[in-house]
Amino acid sequence: MKSLYYQKRLSRNIGDKFFTSLSVICSLIAILPLIFLVTYILYKGGSQITPELFTLEPNPPGDDLDAGGINPALIGTLIITTIASIIAIPVGVGGGIYLAEYSKGGAFSRFIRFGVNVLAGVPSIIAGVFIYALIVSTKILFGSMYSGLAGGMALSILMLPTVIKTTDEGLKLVPNELRYASLGVGASMYTTILKVTLPSAFRSIATGVVLGIARAAGETAPLIFTALFSYYYITGFGDLFYEMGSLAVLIYNFALEPYDAQNKLAWAASFILVLSILSVNIFSRILAAFTEKTKRV
Amino acid sequence: MEEKLTLFKNRKRFGIERNIDIIFKNTALVLSSFVAIILLGIILVVFFQSFESFSRYGLKFLVTSEWNPVKDEYGAFTAIYGTLVTSFLSLLITIPLGVGTAIFITEDFVPKVFREIIGSFVELLAAIPSVVLGLWAIFVMEPFFRAFFVFLHNFFGWIPLFSTEPTGRNSLLAILILVVMLLPIVTSIARDSLNQVPKKLRNAAYGIGASRWKTIFSVILPAALSGIMAGVLLALGRAMGETMAVTMIIGNSNAFSWSLLSPGYTISSMLANQFGEADGSQVSSLFYAAFILMILSLVVNIFAQWLVKKFSLKY
Repeated sequence: MKSLYYQKRLSRNIGDKFFTSLSVICSLIAILPLIFLVTYILYKGGSQITPELFTLEPNPPGDDLDAGGINPALIGTLIITTIASIIAIPVGVGGGIYLAEYSKGGAFSRFIRFGVNVLAGVPSIIAGVFIYALIVSTKILFGSMYSGLAGGMALSILMLPTVIKTTDEGLKLVPNELRYASLGVGASMYTTILKVTLPSAFRSIATGVVLGIARAAGETAPLIFTALFSYYYITGFGDLFYEMGSLAVLIYNFALEPYDAQNKLAWAASFILVLSILSVNIFSRILAAFTEKTKRV
Repeated sequence: MEEKLTLFKNRKRFGIERNIDIIFKNTALVLSSFVAIILLGIILVVFFQSFESFSRYGLKFLVTSEWNPVKDEYGAFTAIYGTLVTSFLSLLITIPLGVGTAIFITEDFVPKVFREIIGSFVELLAAIPSVVLGLWAIFVMEPFFRAFFVFLHNFFGWIPLFSTEPTGRNSLLAILILVVMLLPIVTSIARDSLNQVPKKLRNAAYGIGASRWKTIFSVILPAALSGIMAGVLLALGRAMGETMAVTMIIGNSNAFSWSLLSPGYTISSMLANQFGEADGSQVSSLFYAAFILMILSLVVNIFAQWLVKKFSLKY
């Protein structure tokens, strides 16, 4: 009868205990620094936030007085990310539509899907190098070299795979009956796609696209030699063709400065960047969970 | 007869609608081929820009570590070595931690709510920009580990890996920040592939009397292995291409050293550092280095995709 009871000393039970504690330890080692990291960024950055931060230009490093604000970088990030979205979203959604709706699993679509995965794995700095060679060094954009426009293009290369993938996968989840019904009542293919399948996949596509934009907003490597950096206010449309600051590059530049004032500005910029990226992520997660619950099948 | 023909005629779509349909389809086709064009464009542009340096140094570029714009001599050995060492060593630390965490949150050690919170928290961390991690590494991690590095050097200095006096930023810090960066990737992919293992496999193992960890090691992990491997390769690709955090903490020195406690270089940090100010044949040499980085990450990525395709249908 004894063999029916749980025996602590049995080697299998000791082994189980051992591995369970090992996995708990792994999780603790993995998670605790991460929690510490997030709270530290939010605490340290949050304590630097002042109203002037959002309205002033950053002062060039050197004088130990006041570092100024991050207004140009904040606006620059918004502009560069918008440019990237304007390029990547139509191309990505269009490409995703082709893959999901038109392609029949042939060699071409397999090659494109493969290419999407490969492009997603291309290091972000390579995108910067590519745009540098193609646009910055050739001065092809009306003779301007480093520009916000070039930075946006570099970011769009990074966004493109995400947008295509989410569109492709979102459309594939739309039940075929909807397509049959629409085609059956005589709608053409493009009406079916634009009026039936795209709207019903809209939420999942939008979630993916927003996450892609959030990721692009924090990218630095493609910007450091395409958009470069600027200390000055963005005043008009023409500034698109000149060096443009961004939060990410500001953090990079000012973190490496030996002056305390600039370092503090970098922390403040990190706070704003991390807070907005995290809130976009959390919001879209909640939205996705909500969609899942209300989905009719 | 006449009546039949008009009926038939009316069945066709209007010309305009048909044209729109065709245009729509072809636009989508063109847009989807943009991916291929961009990918090929990247490869071709980087290759042709590196051509000058390629024809001058050939493969010698890979094994010499001279990088001297004044004498116009270039070799990327230090950077290539740094890229490989930092990415592989960081993976070596990340894999057990990440897979251990993934097992912890897929088994029922703690209530489901906690596991889901931990899981989504880890996923959220993947969204933190690497430049912010770099900032954190400079101001928090480096001072925190300084004493530990001195200890490492004092007691294990006879090992070449720890043979230099630690002075601020170094390769080991880059490895550690890469671990922080890769952990979310490895953990979330490992968790997904562990979750995908059918429940009946686990039940069968329990049914014949296997203990929990016997089941994990002999049934669950082997079944999830291809997914985990693919995640690990994906993380490897990320580690090799990671730029900002590494550039900010690795110290950026082209002097070759076996020691992890000395400043180092990776290809991407070399690009980030020098590309803006480079001219002449230095630009071409940087493009050559970029080309090597691209080939490395392409190989890792394609291998990961092949692995997924080859093994994913097993269960």
